[in-house]
Amino acid sequence: MKAPIAWLFIGAFLLVSAIFLVAPTAMLAVQAVIGDDGLTLEYVQTLGSYRYVKAFEHSLYLSVLSATVGVIAGALIAFAMLKPGAPRWLRSVVTSFAAVAANFAGVPLAFAFISTVGTLGLLTSMLKHIGVDLYAMGFSLFSIPGLTLVYSYFQIPLMVIIIIPAFEAMQPAWREAAENLGATGGQYWRMVGLPVLAPSLLSGWILLFGSAFSAYATAYALTSGNISLVTTEISAVLSGNVSSEPQVGAALSVGMIVVMVLVLAASQMLARRASRWTVKQ
Amino acid sequence: MSFNRRFMLQSGLAVASTSLFGTGRAFAAAPGPNVPAALIAAAKKEGAINVITLPRDWANWGVTMDRFQELYGVKLTDDNPDGSSAEELQAIRTLKSQKRAPDVVDVGPAFAVQGKKEKLFAPYKVATWAEIPADVKDAEGHYYGDYYGVTCFAANKSVVKNMPQTWADLMKPEYKGMIALNGSPLSAGAAIGAVFAAALANGGSYDNVLPGVEFFGKLNDIGNFSPSKAGAASLVAGQTPITIDWDYLSLGYKQANASKVEIEVVVPKEAKPFGNYYCQAISAFAPNPKTARLWMEYVYSDEGQLAFLGGFAHPIRFDSLVAAGKVPDSILKTLPPASAYKGIKFATLEQADKAKKVIADAWPRLVKVG
Repeated sequence: MKAPIAWLFIGAFLLVSAIFLVAPTAMLAVQAVIGDDGLTLEYVQTLGSYRYVKAFEHSLYLSVLSATVGVIAGALIAFAMLKPGAPRWLRSVVTSFAAVAANFAGVPLAFAFISTVGTLGLLTSMLKHIGVDLYAMGFSLFSIPGLTLVYSYFQIPLMVIIIIPAFEAMQPAWREAAENLGATGGQYWRMVGLPVLAPSLLSGWILLFGSAFSAYATAYALTSGNISLVTTEISAVLSGNVSSEPQVGAALSVGMIVVMVLVLAASQMLARRASRWTVKQ
Repeated sequence: MSFNRRFMLQSGLAVASTSLFGTGRAFAAAPGPNVPAALIAAAKKEGAINVITLPRDWANWGVTMDRFQELYGVKLTDDNPDGSSAEELQAIRTLKSQKRAPDVVDVGPAFAVQGKKEKLFAPYKVATWAEIPADVKDAEGHYYGDYYGVTCFAANKSVVKNMPQTWADLMKPEYKGMIALNGSPLSAGAAIGAVFAAALANGGSYDNVLPGVEFFGKLNDIGNFSPSKAGAASLVAGQTPITIDWDYLSLGYKQANASKVEIEVVVPKEAKPFGNYYCQAISAFAPNPKTARLWMEYVYSDEGQLAFLGGFAHPIRFDSLVAAGKVPDSILKTLPPASAYKGIKFATLEQADKAKKVIADAWPRLVKVG
């Protein structure tokens, strides 16, 4: 044994993942196919019903949309504040705010939005006063676009925080070298900047996708399950007052795991292509 | 329908805290109901009764319990006041033959049926048996409904100028984005009640709840339905200015917020209202069987039944009490008109189960939100 201490920690890590990740996943998978009379595909088949297909559609749409908005807006903000010549105070203001906002989710966030742009929200009322009726114009906080807006509130700052190190790792010398060789700003970003950033942007997107896909409290506090998401449907069959179908809940959870695995696998493939550009320190 | 009391309590914490009979003095001068002297004597000999899961601030149970002790001089113990119906049945099963076992329980209909099946209840018919509607009682007397609530509209009058009186009214353009439920009917009991009630008023029945889902689909299509979650706070703030909820919760919100905002409660008129109820039953293993029977007589007496109204729950004998002129005007004027409750019918367990399946299938299709 060369490094017994290291093995101790790896052993502990493996044990923890077995208890908190592998075992629950296996139990969910088993629960999803065991019914009152033994093995059954009944619960997995319910996932094909309109109700749950719709829930997966909503969840995927919301997660992809809010993750994409988060990545683009977050990266642009991080870029702007780290640009040479940007005032130093801007950076501390943005990072402090981002650190707070990225953790502001769930019920308080929902209520903050309801009191701001809800049907009787402060902003809604103010705009109405000057003749702009948001809700008459088709906007609603209690819709998928509304949820996307709310999710963006924590997605964008989260992206700012996780992308800062990637921007910082970009050395001014690269830009200077490109310019010396006659590259325009656009060419630099297309051929150097973005390819170098690509793996970080991609992993950032995955993280945001996962955080939106698994979010529950915010959406529930806003619409209490009236907009079906996979997470709210799981809650409806597990802890609702109307029906108790733990096996369907397990099947839905397995469905979520499958989606995450597919997304991760796809990103791994993309990352391998993109990592040709990884900076060798 | 397995309404969980804990859930209902959470949604109605404010209910009945300062209710009509909150002080318990309303009855202080009354002599107590007419009950056979032999039963009272036998109960006094036992000297105690164990009830279970009766929250003091729910359906005015606090007043009922105090008054029972005062009238008959027995010691009453209320175990696990915030528990669930399932826990009540479990207590009967596990505490058999112990002195602290529950004598009587107050459970949702689904649990009442289950308790009878497991032979956990002792049959007994109270003196007022004939006045209990047939669809909420077991023919042999193993269990029977004691109080109920119905689906109603509650509106914040500072936002809603014209109170909707009927289900058809809800379709008016003036209520755009105003009408909300306390959750999706796929998970919330009061929302199921709303769908049932809408069905009854729109050509449906207890066996056919689909018109209720279609009603909400249309309400959503024209933009009057708000998917925002309704509760006491959102009603008072005006975020969900019209909610469709249980009457006992809505009347509680109205009373608790009387100083802040005027809330009006209406039981829609097109059809008989949709109600849900609780059942009393005597444990087959009651350590104090005589006192348990005396408790039943008291709860179903005029006095015991009227006490429920102090917590805005309707006593199961409400119709006959009103017909006999036994409900004081001072109480009646705190409630929606008694005529709205006349001839109330309840769904059977089979009908409720079938309705849940229909709603689970049809709601996501017909009420497209988002």
